[in-house]
Amino acid sequence: MQPTQQVSIPELIQQVPLNYYLIVSTALFVIGIIGVLTRRNAIIIFMSIELMLNAVNLLLIAFSSYRSDSAGQVFVFFIMAVAAAEVAVGLAIIVMIYRNIRSIDVGLLNKLKW
Amino acid sequence: MIIVETRPALSLRIYIHLPFTILLALPIFLALSSGFVVVGVYLERKISAFIQDRLGPMEVGKWGLLQLFADLLKLLQKEDIVPAAADRKLFLLAPSVIFASVFAGFAVMPLTPDLQGSATAVGVFYLMAIVSFDVVGILMAGWGSNNKYSLLGAMRSVAQIVSYEIPLGLTILCVVMICQSLNLQEISFQQGIYTYEPNYLFGIRALGIDVTDWGGIFSWNILRNPFLLIAYVIFFIATLAEANRAPFDLPEGESEIVAGFNTEYSGMRFALLFLSEYAMMLLVAFLGAILFLGSWNTPLPNIGPVRLADWTSGSPGTVWGNLTGAFWLLTKALAAIMVQMWVRWTLPRLRVDQLMFLCWKVLTPIGIVLLLISGVWRLLMI
Amino acid sequence: MLNLIFYAFAALTLGGSLAVLITRNVMYSAFFLLLSLIGVAALFVLASADLLAVAQVMIYVGGVLVLVIFGVMLTHKPKPETTTGPQAARPNYILTQHRAWLWPLLVAAGLFTAFYSLISRIHFSLFEHRAPFQTSVDTIGKQLMTEYIIPFEIAGILLLAALVGATYLSSQGDRTNNQ
Repeated sequence: MQPTQQVSIPELIQQVPLNYYLIVSTALFVIGIIGVLTRRNAIIIFMSIELMLNAVNLLLIAFSSYRSDSAGQVFVFFIMAVAAAEVAVGLAIIVMIYRNIRSIDVGLLNKLKW
Repeated sequence: MIIVETRPALSLRIYIHLPFTILLALPIFLALSSGFVVVGVYLERKISAFIQDRLGPMEVGKWGLLQLFADLLKLLQKEDIVPAAADRKLFLLAPSVIFASVFAGFAVMPLTPDLQGSATAVGVFYLMAIVSFDVVGILMAGWGSNNKYSLLGAMRSVAQIVSYEIPLGLTILCVVMICQSLNLQEISFQQGIYTYEPNYLFGIRALGIDVTDWGGIFSWNILRNPFLLIAYVIFFIATLAEANRAPFDLPEGESEIVAGFNTEYSGMRFALLFLSEYAMMLLVAFLGAILFLGSWNTPLPNIGPVRLADWTSGSPGTVWGNLTGAFWLLTKALAAIMVQMWVRWTLPRLRVDQLMFLCWKVLTPIGIVLLLISGVWRLLMI
Repeated sequence: MLNLIFYAFAALTLGGSLAVLITRNVMYSAFFLLLSLIGVAALFVLASADLLAVAQVMIYVGGVLVLVIFGVMLTHKPKPETTTGPQAARPNYILTQHRAWLWPLLVAAGLFTAFYSLISRIHFSLFEHRAPFQTSVDTIGKQLMTEYIIPFEIAGILLLAALVGATYLSSQGDRTNNQ
């Protein structure tokens, strides 16, 4: 039995122009960049990086569904797995830094500068 | 490039979901989950009284039946206090977030063969995501209250919910492997006489005993793969922890941290937190019944000319079918809730280290072994 | 209708992420990140990636965001204990500072125009074809188990390594503190 009456989702999506997805994800990416450049709290910089990753994911998914090719979605799946690993290790490092210098202000973390 | 074929054997009847079934499902579940708090609290008090050899509420109304309405009236009249040192926005928002996230879970629950909010293909996965969404609301409440008991309770609750998601996910995955679907309605159809693929005794095709026509308990998931009975026990324990029920009620352990993240709430907001706790109980009881105990299918099998299964369950699409479906599902869910209450008043509270020991060293390894067995069993089924 | 839904969720995403930038309270920016992540998940659904939308809620909201909130709490410098006076009656909050705004804004505006003009200039001829589409659960599941099985396994090893690494990092801190 085929689900004949259901409106398939790609027909729905093609009412939203691809350009809108491009604008939204570019804007999201740029907001992430501003966050990394302007904030001094390491955790907020972390959040901004997550926003940038999300922007990339959104773009990949928009392209993959406009092409009806799920390779893009599989790629996003891997990005999510890597992001989860990155957050676990990154936050552990930030907490360690906090324990050592009692601050997570990136302006103070200049030990590696030369 | 892989060519993805449609699934011929598994294409069960897929119902056309007209908008009115969605519009119908929303008020029904809202009434069900808020009506359940009335029944649930009364049941809880009476069962605890029975277990502890007391009478329970007896004053208001016959057998204390109106006690809860009196309590609700009291809660409604109470002042909605926001502590001066609380973070006002987070504090006020948190109960709504918690209730919304629990209630959103009912969106994919099939109540009858025809009534389901959303027939999305990712139903069970969505439910697990919703359970983890609950955590954010709890953290919001704990941080917003600016009270050390609230924060401690929220931390404990989050640690517990995040840890027990692992065994919960493993047992759900066992069922998904047997049923080959994430849609709860499809899983329901497979466990009864209205299935489209033949069911064999214990799921083993080689035995050659076709039980599709018997229906009843023989086509439930716990008998399609007998190991799912163990999985159901693990599922049940994990959902107790997810719903913060005793013996896993460390987040609101009265003797240690007052009432956990509920401490600072009063009046209507406390009622909302209470409501979401009972809605969570109902949600996990429903989920257990749907995944393991045959969903809305009758437990009575057809025995030769005695067509018990046919008599006690109408065909989908008819009014009788919907009524019997809702009856059987609610009966199973309420039975699971009775067991939850029985456990609560029987077992003492665990320590934090015992909690983590049970999760990581007992339930998770058993869950992984069951997952392996379910994979092998699925091969026997086809 | 669909466009309106798209606008609403796009506004939620961008508004949430802007609020992450602007608010000075670190806890608020974590909760605004939640809005942004949910908005992105909804946009995934509108782009017919239902499985990934749920995965987004599960991984980002249930995992990443909770970890971030815990991180915020753990790196919080407690103020001197105040139990009386006007200080005691204030909510606990964690503030941070901004750096200079001008240069980052200029860089960002430049990047936005550069990226957008670059992407929008590409001519996507493929999009005129309409291929049949299955729900993404089956497709992604089959692809992960066949074509992408090696990356899948490697991702598993990566997650295990991250797990061990994070445990090691945080347990080492305890040891140095105890000594």
